[in-house]
Amino acid sequence: MKNTIELTINGEKTEAMQGEYIVDAARRQGIYIPTLCNLPGIKPAGSCRICTVFVNDRLMTSCTTPVGRGMEIVTESKELDDFRNSVVELLLVEGNHLCPSCEKGGNCELQAMGYRLKVMAPRFPYQFPDREIDANNPKLIKDHNRCILCKRCIRTIFDEEGHHIFAFRYRGHDLQIIIDPTYGKNMTDEQAQKAMDNCPVGALLYRGIGFSTPIGKRKYDKKPIGSEIENKRRKEVLS
Amino acid sequence: MDNANITGIIEKYNNDRTRLIDMLIDIQVLEGYIPDETIPVIARHTDTSEAYVEQTVSFYHFFHRNPPGKYAIFLNNSVVAQMMGREKVARAFEEEAGCRFGEVSEDRLIGLFPTACIGMSDQEPAALINSRVFTRLTPFRAREIIRYIKAGKSLEELSTSGYGGGMNASKLIRSEVRNNVHRRGPILDENYKAGDILRKRIPHMSPEEVIWEIKLSQIRGRGGAGFPTGMKWEFCRSAKGEKKYIFCNADEGEPGTFKDRVILTELPELMFEGMVLAGYAIGAVEGILYIRFEYKYLHKYLEHVLAEMRKKNLLGKDIAGIQGFDFDIRIQYGAGAYVCGEESALLESAEGKRGEPRSRPPFPVEKGYLGMPTVVNNVETLCTAVKIMKFGSEWYRSLGTKESRGTKVLSISGDCRYPGIYEMEWGYSVNDILDMVGADDVQAVQVGGPSGNLIGPEEFDREIAYEDLATGGSFMIFNHSRDLIRDVVLNFMNFFVEESCGSCVPCRNVPYLLKQKLEKILGGHGVWKDIDDLEQWTKIMSINRCGLGQTAANPVITSLKHFRALYEEKVQRGKSFDEGFDLEKAVAESCKVVGRIPAV
Repeated sequence: MKNTIELTINGEKTEAMQGEYIVDAARRQGIYIPTLCNLPGIKPAGSCRICTVFVNDRLMTSCTTPVGRGMEIVTESKELDDFRNSVVELLLVEGNHLCPSCEKGGNCELQAMGYRLKVMAPRFPYQFPDREIDANNPKLIKDHNRCILCKRCIRTIFDEEGHHIFAFRYRGHDLQIIIDPTYGKNMTDEQAQKAMDNCPVGALLYRGIGFSTPIGKRKYDKKPIGSEIENKRRKEVLS
Repeated sequence: MDNANITGIIEKYNNDRTRLIDMLIDIQVLEGYIPDETIPVIARHTDTSEAYVEQTVSFYHFFHRNPPGKYAIFLNNSVVAQMMGREKVARAFEEEAGCRFGEVSEDRLIGLFPTACIGMSDQEPAALINSRVFTRLTPFRAREIIRYIKAGKSLEELSTSGYGGGMNASKLIRSEVRNNVHRRGPILDENYKAGDILRKRIPHMSPEEVIWEIKLSQIRGRGGAGFPTGMKWEFCRSAKGEKKYIFCNADEGEPGTFKDRVILTELPELMFEGMVLAGYAIGAVEGILYIRFEYKYLHKYLEHVLAEMRKKNLLGKDIAGIQGFDFDIRIQYGAGAYVCGEESALLESAEGKRGEPRSRPPFPVEKGYLGMPTVVNNVETLCTAVKIMKFGSEWYRSLGTKESRGTKVLSISGDCRYPGIYEMEWGYSVNDILDMVGADDVQAVQVGGPSGNLIGPEEFDREIAYEDLATGGSFMIFNHSRDLIRDVVLNFMNFFVEESCGSCVPCRNVPYLLKQKLEKILGGHGVWKDIDDLEQWTKIMSINRCGLGQTAANPVITSLKHFRALYEEKVQRGKSFDEGFDLEKAVAESCKVVGRIPAV
């Protein structure tokens, strides 16, 4: 076929579509590479680094690296596992993640990733940062305690003319998300709902409604994150 | 705030949001800071949101959101400044000004702020006061400066040492900064005549021939990464794009580096000629000098040099008589961010955004400034390219070592008799260099700045070269009076905590956690496991996006490798965890008061 290229994933020769990212190529093969900041269809940020894999023996983020002819990609190793756990553990100690009282519990990708990767107690000391909950916006509550700075809101929520509603403020350890005072106030209900849906954690909550899906019936309550991708492979192997 | 003035500034840059940093710098010159009310004005005129503007403003540490005082004093807190007595100078400033660092005096006259290395490591402690540089500060000088300010003296009158040598004394600079050039080679050669290459050599060569000559010379990028310059130019030349750009990276933020400052002061024509040469080779129509805000004191002078070059037809249309070769250069100032020395962060910053490194691929040579093919070269690389064209690639290859051709301009500072600039062929050993600069009793040397390597005497026979000890120029010397962990490693980790853009999870968090661990060990609370943790946690840094993030744990990694005993002697013996506090010590005072012997 014209638009496909050959490459190797975990020792198996396979084909990928020209121009697609490694993470998507792997997913179509039923290989799940953990991601947190990535949102399929949106320009990748490559900021959480959890999707790091070996490409020709070099560490690359699979969400930002397009497939290349003859690439040798390794998505599973002890070292990569340790990096993945480290990323989740760093995020857990960096903020204040109190899952039992969080509206997003069960739908939270960070929580689900923690379960999937069997993160028990983080190796790093909890920082217990003093962070605020911002209720200035009429449609959204912004809880800095839970934000993992994935930029999904920055990258996906704009007004009709393309103005940024979300942005970063400061840098490094002080980095945080801000909502534009003008465009933020005029956000539609759809935009606010989308911001909450796109948020991988419970940092952005749509106001006025809560716990509409009961605990137990949520996205990751019964199946681990990534299993929908891996099940596809399992089925193929069985058949 | 006068709205008309603000809109005037914004219009000066055609309401173009990619020029946001220029607008903000101009607004700050006018107002002294960036008042809250200006943010919506800028957003409206550049068709963006306030949040977007805020994102850029809040990233750079020289932008003030509150009035920083009529005289804003930025005192360098780099490792060499500390070694040369920075703390005493800082206390003197505080006492005389009546406010602490991070504050502004009650009468709003003086503001005191810390800042990272300002490129003056051979004349520390140094400070920037309203963008003017003050060097070799002592507590006496600090108090005098404050008294002079209070007495109403002008900025220029605060300086008492006269002007530094060379062009520092010129009408357009008038600075007390000294060049301290102790060794010259082909790059720093004073017999350079501006425009020779452009007039005599380039008209007889095609761009491809220029690239070929540069490739043959085997020169590698002088910023530190060492990518072959000829290849970079070739990639950019063959990349598709309506417009191409050449950037000169004069961000020089690696602590301990100051060689670009000297080149910018003494040989700006050489650097600009290198940009024109590169522009010719890659087919660019515009060159941009991205220069750190710390070097704002050179602004008028550099603009003057460009104006003179335009008059001489070394810039502008049909340069040097070559039909159709049009090329000009503009100066883009940064606003205080080490990470902007990383080439893709530099491009983001030049586009008016926060200086966050980009994911690669695509590389800047394919998609760089404004999405167009772009070459980013270090100041020294561009200067060297001109010399290669003058004396030929064969001559150039005869200098240095097999993997590292030519010469390197080193910035040498710390515990030695003659700190300053030394141009050396690659391949000299650390011992040679220590002998050359007059350094005795050396405990350790930091080669390549904080992101480089801390080595001890047993490795002083190693060579300065890409294949052994690579450096962008920084070479810092520490004698035995220094506590390497407290004075050096902790200082470097504080630097990386300050300078991370914060995008990558490991870079945002791990340096901070390492710093906490170091403080724990230095405070006497460390146990054996803390050393293991330091070692393990640094590994996570290898998955960061950019060079800053990938090397930000190097101070810990290389000090653990070469000076592990220094850590081991600081941790508590025979304890598997820190008890937090000593019970006996904690109750000693109350026992004394009540006259009781503690029962522990």
